[in-house]
Amino acid sequence: MRKPHQIGPVLNRRAILRAALATGGGLMLSGVIPGLPGARAEAAGAFTPNAFIRIDREGAITFIMRHAEMGQGIYTGVAMLIAEELEVPLDKITLEAAPADTRYVDKAAGEEVTGGSASTRDSWIPLRQAGAAARIMLLRAAAARWSVPVESCVAREGAILHPDSGRSLPYGALAEDAARQTVPDPIPLKDPAQFRLIGTSPQRMDTHAKSNGSALFGMDVRVDGMKIGRIMACPVKGGTLAGFDRDAAMKIPGVIDIITLPDALAVIGAHSWAAISGLRAANPQWNFGRNAGVSSATLLEALKNASAKTGLVAKKTGDVESALASASTRIDAVYELPFLAHAALEPINTTLHIRPDSADVWVGTQVPIRARQEVADATGLPPERITVHNHLIGGGFGRRLDSNSIGQAARLAKQVPYPVKLFWTREEDIRQDQFRPFYYDRITAGLDDKGMIKAWHHRTTGSFVLARWAPEGLQNGLDSDAVEGATETPYAIPAQRNEAVQCEPEGLTTLWWRGVGPTHNVFVVEGMIDELAHAAGNDPLTFRRRHLGPSPRGLKVLDEAAKQSGWGRILPKGHGLGIALHYSFQSWAATILEVRVEENGQIHLVRADTAVDCGPVVFPDAVRAQIQGGLIFGLTMALYNEITFRDGQAEQSNFHDYRMMRLNEAPDIRVHLVSDPTAEIGGIGEVGTVAAAPALANAIFAATGKRLRRIPFVPQMNAPKNPENTGEKGA
Amino acid sequence: MKRRIVFSASALMSLTIGLSSAAQAQQAQPETQQPASGESAQVTRGRALFVAADCAACHLSQDGRALTGGRVFTLPFGSIHAVNITPDRETGIGAYTDKAWLKMLRKGVGLGGKHLYPVMPYTSYTLLSDDDALAIKAYLFTLPAIHAPAPKNSLSFPFNQRWTMIFWNWFNNPNRRMATDTTHSAQWNRGAYLAEALGHCGQCHTPRNFMFGLSSRAYAGAVQVGWTAYNLTSDREHGLGAWSDDDLFSYLSTGHAKGHGPASGPMAEAIEHSLSQLPADDIRAMVVYLRDIPAQPDGPSRNHGQIAENDGPSAGRHVFQQACAGCHMEDGSGRQSDWAALGGSHSLSDPSATNLVSVLREGTSLQTAHGAMTMQKFTSAYTPEELSALSSWMLHHFGGVNASVDPTKFRP
Amino acid sequence: MRTILINGESHDVDVPDDMPLLWVLRDILGLTGTKYGCGIAQCGACTVHVAGQPARACQLPVSLVGDRPVTTIEAIGQTALGQRVQEAWLEEQVIQCGYCQSGQIMAATALLQTTPAPSDDDIDDAMSGNICRCGTYVRIRAAIHKAASNA
Ligand code: FES
Ligand code: FES
Repeated sequence: MRKPHQIGPVLNRRAILRAALATGGGLMLSGVIPGLPGARAEAAGAFTPNAFIRIDREGAITFIMRHAEMGQGIYTGVAMLIAEELEVPLDKITLEAAPADTRYVDKAAGEEVTGGSASTRDSWIPLRQAGAAARIMLLRAAAARWSVPVESCVAREGAILHPDSGRSLPYGALAEDAARQTVPDPIPLKDPAQFRLIGTSPQRMDTHAKSNGSALFGMDVRVDGMKIGRIMACPVKGGTLAGFDRDAAMKIPGVIDIITLPDALAVIGAHSWAAISGLRAANPQWNFGRNAGVSSATLLEALKNASAKTGLVAKKTGDVESALASASTRIDAVYELPFLAHAALEPINTTLHIRPDSADVWVGTQVPIRARQEVADATGLPPERITVHNHLIGGGFGRRLDSNSIGQAARLAKQVPYPVKLFWTREEDIRQDQFRPFYYDRITAGLDDKGMIKAWHHRTTGSFVLARWAPEGLQNGLDSDAVEGATETPYAIPAQRNEAVQCEPEGLTTLWWRGVGPTHNVFVVEGMIDELAHAAGNDPLTFRRRHLGPSPRGLKVLDEAAKQSGWGRILPKGHGLGIALHYSFQSWAATILEVRVEENGQIHLVRADTAVDCGPVVFPDAVRAQIQGGLIFGLTMALYNEITFRDGQAEQSNFHDYRMMRLNEAPDIRVHLVSDPTAEIGGIGEVGTVAAAPALANAIFAATGKRLRRIPFVPQMNAPKNPENTGEKGA
Repeated sequence: MKRRIVFSASALMSLTIGLSSAAQAQQAQPETQQPASGESAQVTRGRALFVAADCAACHLSQDGRALTGGRVFTLPFGSIHAVNITPDRETGIGAYTDKAWLKMLRKGVGLGGKHLYPVMPYTSYTLLSDDDALAIKAYLFTLPAIHAPAPKNSLSFPFNQRWTMIFWNWFNNPNRRMATDTTHSAQWNRGAYLAEALGHCGQCHTPRNFMFGLSSRAYAGAVQVGWTAYNLTSDREHGLGAWSDDDLFSYLSTGHAKGHGPASGPMAEAIEHSLSQLPADDIRAMVVYLRDIPAQPDGPSRNHGQIAENDGPSAGRHVFQQACAGCHMEDGSGRQSDWAALGGSHSLSDPSATNLVSVLREGTSLQTAHGAMTMQKFTSAYTPEELSALSSWMLHHFGGVNASVDPTKFRP
Repeated sequence: MRTILINGESHDVDVPDDMPLLWVLRDILGLTGTKYGCGIAQCGACTVHVAGQPARACQLPVSLVGDRPVTTIEAIGQTALGQRVQEAWLEEQVIQCGYCQSGQIMAATALLQTTPAPSDDDIDDAMSGNICRCGTYVRIRAAIHKAASNA
């Protein structure tokens, strides 16, 4: 067994850089950042840069990158990495989100993804290298200009100084000379002890504009001559448009056009209200097709049946069958996680201007290259004639990893000659989401007579998102995301078997959702650990500690969370503390949540303490913010969320029936950073979300003795018991 | 005691109802109600009468596009569906002769001797004059015929036995036309005809007797299809006695009156499809008539419009702040519009909370000159316990009533 | 054609009576700081001030605005209080994706206008109608307290 702290890929991320004269003079450093767009093409030998640093003659420094800002603060985080090594104040760096210049458009259709809590991780080494390379080239240019040894020059605050002679030149004056220097190899990085930016919490760079209404999200795009259309697609996947009332729609003031696809229509107007009212008047009729019979019951039935079969084996250690047979205590459980909508606050939208020979697309996307390809496929235009202008994203959470909505918009927009913003209403955004899969997990575990875990058999059944999104990524048919967080738990378990059964839900499309595999599997694992602790007669903290094995970082976060939460203190009546410990996205985290449950089943979240070790911390305040937000995101799901289906259609449509946590329900959340700066850097965007459901389920158990194995919890706290999914204390 | 209505078998009430174009222009109405050029006077009159009789409330399809029937009445003994009244011969009214039509409207006996259930308010329509009844038919026959069979009713025995209606009709159906009451003004008489014959207000607002017929306690308030139709009598504490004429006029024509809350549920529908489109004179006539209904001190007290102060944080208030205050505001003044004003609403001083429960369970919508005023239903997102806490808090906060609303009322 | 008063300027707009103020602001006047999140008064992303009161622009027909002055996020910084709230928001690093934050800032400013030193309960009451999908609630609470204490 690999040690838990070795979980996850240990990649050798290294920038590949080239220097050139920038248009209009100055230095242009282009680089291939592994894990970023173009990285695949790099493997094929072509240099297809995906990140650019430009220092112009005036000394303005621009960083152009394709990581999407979705609220995670990544613009600031990556700018800090460059500014640190380049020795410039943070506010000297301007970020450009999208390639406004077509020269920046990649020629190869590599992947370009912001997701998997990977942005900082992917950038940690390469972007510092890029900054350092530029600094070294500027130093060499200055040394050459002054004919002094390069060691006698220093870079400080955007200028090269020669302390001995008191001379100095700003970067702008050296940029062109620097462009003629060769890129250093290897590129030495600063000693972390010398960091002046990394590890501090500066003002975020994207938020000023977001505080005064001037920030532009995709939804806010306004292009000359632009019209606005509302799209509605058949509410049942695979159905077709049967008819609509064109006359009624055209009568609505402001309606300009109605365009259709086989399975959708868009009413276009002078403004959004014309589009909305026009679509209502158009009253589209549908042939629902073969998925009209799909319901939550049929979907669950399919999963249940599939879960009866042996799946693809993702991990096998020891002899689970005989260990289980000889266990002194054995728990068999089924855990269920529902379909979920992403419900980012900004609904899906795409603005396009499709001309006979070229196209512009304005959209907030996590996958700009895919977005461009969607438009190319829809229009027949070559990708290089299509410019994607990426925008701020009003919440991604995985939703904007898919680009089908952009393809849909392009197939509609090519029918009209003018630029058009095509948007989905909130109702469309929820009903037509690509849902987080329903997971049906069977788990069996056994304890020996000392109360130690002896055997562990976990079989997950659900959709393999990767099979649709990037089938080439499957490993012998297995989507590693389906078992991420399940195969490598923080615990030492002598006999373990993990299986995954692929079962694609009929009549709907699935997609990743914040926290991906770990959000699913850690709920099951940490729930089961709690059940076993109880069966062993152990305190849940003690039980975890006993099983942690050689995981000093795991132990550290667990003990820190326990200390901060006051684990072991006497709690008021109805209160309970629940633990979730996990290692995901290369970060260790332990969360202890305190809840109060009323007699009538109402749950109140009191306080959460999360201790985190994510390795080197670039931007501590952003780490705290991500844990806080991630927990609330996950707690919202655990309490309330489930998309159900009837007659092939999602039954939820807006926030009155797909409930969001509100400010008056949010617990106090304290984040305790106990990071190990020498460890490998970990991701943070999804860590909080992963912890939420298990910490809550375990806290509710502690408060009430009611074991919840199915998300969401709130409906079960007041509803009659479901024998398969809830186990009372002592089960 | 005053007699409210004089019945006479021979006297005819002559009444002309014209639609005010101003009232109609602002309404988004289904296709069927757009004036057509070159139609006969009878059809024009029939269209107006059709609106005043609020046929659409029940017979308009779910999507609001055609009179193919849609409303389902879930009654204690089963469910009944409103039928197709387009002139389709097979599934609609296409085969009705004038004679058969009158028989149906008056005796509740349809084609082939089939007895109608009295959710079809023929005990009110029976008061219509021949001319008016036939004008409605003439208008309906100008509509496109649409083939749309009604879904099967599901009634339990003995209510599924249509013939039993014969006996019911003996006791409950007056089968008479309405005559002018010479002791009252023409305006009063017009109001009476509008309220009794066309608007069939009593069908909801008059309590039912043990046979589900209208009792003699006219307009004392009743619960129908899950909604309380409040006391309309001139009683000050329980009925409309404390409303000003202007309040009544505003409420009937727009669905809200300052200090009385908005119309919701079936009343919102009646306002949307019918009352809001009547000429102002007709509304005034109805006000005159309603004013004159003898007081019946029945039902919950009116809402005196006091807002409780400092009732502190509570589970109910928390839900209100999350999901409701965005439109209604904590002082109930309605943030967006008068239609969101809660202050003074009778539903909130009603300890049974019938309408409050229904509006939370079903939502409500009212088409106004400013667009649709819509409230969603909240039972999918909030638990019965939360909605019960919310309702109890609202009754206390906006109605001065201390009542705890049973969570089971919010269970599916 | 009707005249509406937005951020101190009057605008003549030719739009249908039932058009919610939200779309007039965004699509006609180009004031895109006010966001569309739900359209049913459940998320608060569209919060503006109408005659100083917070209102959901998505559910406010332009024909009901009348001559009441409207303030949007674009102009809230012109008042001392609005500016203080924006500064507190930046100091506490409240904002993540930012899509909800125009509405949050408008709601918070409205609260502080009537309640200069709000308690946690006051904040609960005033802010629970505004959804933040990124979950910035803990910091919104802190920022409101900060804005109040910076007065
Ligand atoms: S968009 Fe207005 S409240 Fe959500
Ligand atoms: S900051 Fe993203 S929704 Fe609030």
